[in-house]
Amino acid sequence: MDILTNLLTEHYNATIVFMATALLGLSAGLVGCFLVLRKQALISDAVTHATLPGIGIGFILSLQLGLNDGKFLPLLLLCSAATAYLGARSVQYITNNTRLSPDTAIASVMSFFYGLGLLLLSIIQNIDAGNKAGLNSFLLGQVSGLRIDNLILLGAVSLIVVCLVILNFKNLRLLCFDKNYASLLGLKIKATENLLLLLMILVICTGLKTVGLIMIIALLIIPAITARLWTDRSEIMAALAAFFGAISCIGGVYISSALYDLPTGSTIVLFAFSLFTVSLIIRIIRGTNV
Amino acid sequence: MDKVISPLSVEGLSCRYTKQESYALRDISFTAHTGTITGVLGPNGAGKSTFLKSILDLLPHEGNVKFFGDTIEENRQKIAYIPQRSSVDWDFPVSALDVCLMGLYPRIGWLKRIRKTHKEEAMHYLEKVKLQDFAHRQIGALSGGQQQRVFMARALAQKADLFLLDEPMAGVDQKTQTLLFRLFKDLKMQGKTMLIIHHNLQAASEHFDHILLLNQVLISQGTPENALSQDSINRAYSPIEA
Repeated sequence: MDILTNLLTEHYNATIVFMATALLGLSAGLVGCFLVLRKQALISDAVTHATLPGIGIGFILSLQLGLNDGKFLPLLLLCSAATAYLGARSVQYITNNTRLSPDTAIASVMSFFYGLGLLLLSIIQNIDAGNKAGLNSFLLGQVSGLRIDNLILLGAVSLIVVCLVILNFKNLRLLCFDKNYASLLGLKIKATENLLLLLMILVICTGLKTVGLIMIIALLIIPAITARLWTDRSEIMAALAAFFGAISCIGGVYISSALYDLPTGSTIVLFAFSLFTVSLIIRIIRGTNV
Repeated sequence: MDKVISPLSVEGLSCRYTKQESYALRDISFTAHTGTITGVLGPNGAGKSTFLKSILDLLPHEGNVKFFGDTIEENRQKIAYIPQRSSVDWDFPVSALDVCLMGLYPRIGWLKRIRKTHKEEAMHYLEKVKLQDFAHRQIGALSGGQQQRVFMARALAQKADLFLLDEPMAGVDQKTQTLLFRLFKDLKMQGKTMLIIHHNLQAASEHFDHILLLNQVLISQGTPENALSQDSINRAYSPIEA
């Protein structure tokens, strides 16, 4: 208890950063598991890039409403979630209504939304109002600016994600494993697919400011594929993915602060990938199939 | 007199994947009677799997399909389906027991946890297909025959009355074939109805009460002797003229 009190008082800022990113890593690992199992890892790419126009729109809206000089976080997150949802729906629409394959649909949707987002951000840079400093942190992430309210937000989101996943674990697994059978048994397919999308958007939007748009994709996927190397059971895979996600964030934040103030998003992803590489090598040495 | 309700009746079933494409199946009508085994035969690409999936509303289709005199919605729990081997992701991190348990999900409740009693029940069905010793093995680590039996156990766990099986005998060993055909006979004795896609014409009369010979259209149907006349077989297995 003393150690905890010490940590909280002496290293207040560092503790907040460690806890907030660990919670983000945990939720990302958990949700990423189902994306990997559904062979839909790439969809997270489209959804993540589709958040960018939302950031721009959110900034302009909060500027118009006179909120926090344009950087009213709830509105930024809400708008990014809305465009993320639009991105995911566009991929689904194109895949269902044309002969194009999902990867083609994802590639085009992703670049369109990313282009639109960059356009909006550059327009915002040129307007003569609001506090634009730090908007770019949504692209590359910035953990040093994490405050207690960010920690509370990430804590709440993690709690929601963990509870929803535990409650729906067997349904999500059935959907990923055998969608046709799930539909025959009477599982509400649309609702379950939307739940997975909601979980993904929750994690992506809350993670944007922390590790940035590009790195959050890695945080969804790498812990999940690392976990898959260690187990043949989906429950254990989910728990391990959450663990690897949290450890990657803690390790990444530590390295970035201990060494030359490196960009945290990058160190987190590199740390996660090192865990993956080590796991892969161990599997190969043991002679198990990978 | 009470009207006998058949477990499955299909009327004028046609299927095409998109509106631009031509029909993969045209105008198929058929009724399955309670306690019978129907074999669905035909060459590769004849539309046998498409037929099963259209019946189950997994593909867009035209025509009328009734289960126990009603819609599929009202009878989901009574219908078990075993997919084609190639459509299963064998690398998925689930054990034989996990897969078998899936058949119990509607009875467990969608938001309820799997309990010990459910696992015991699933083990009972794995025993029926002689897989109790492999319950905790990942499905990809099982042999082809064992994999097929896991899916049979899942269908049994569902306590279904109508079984639709897509090539259960493809790529399985002799032991599994014998075991499955014996299981089918047992199920038939219990009044269950089965529709089985099969690739072997030879043993048809031995295993099936009724035959559907398909090649995009219904070539013939009836008892094995009647449906599998040389003329019908020639028509089914010769290339279709445009």
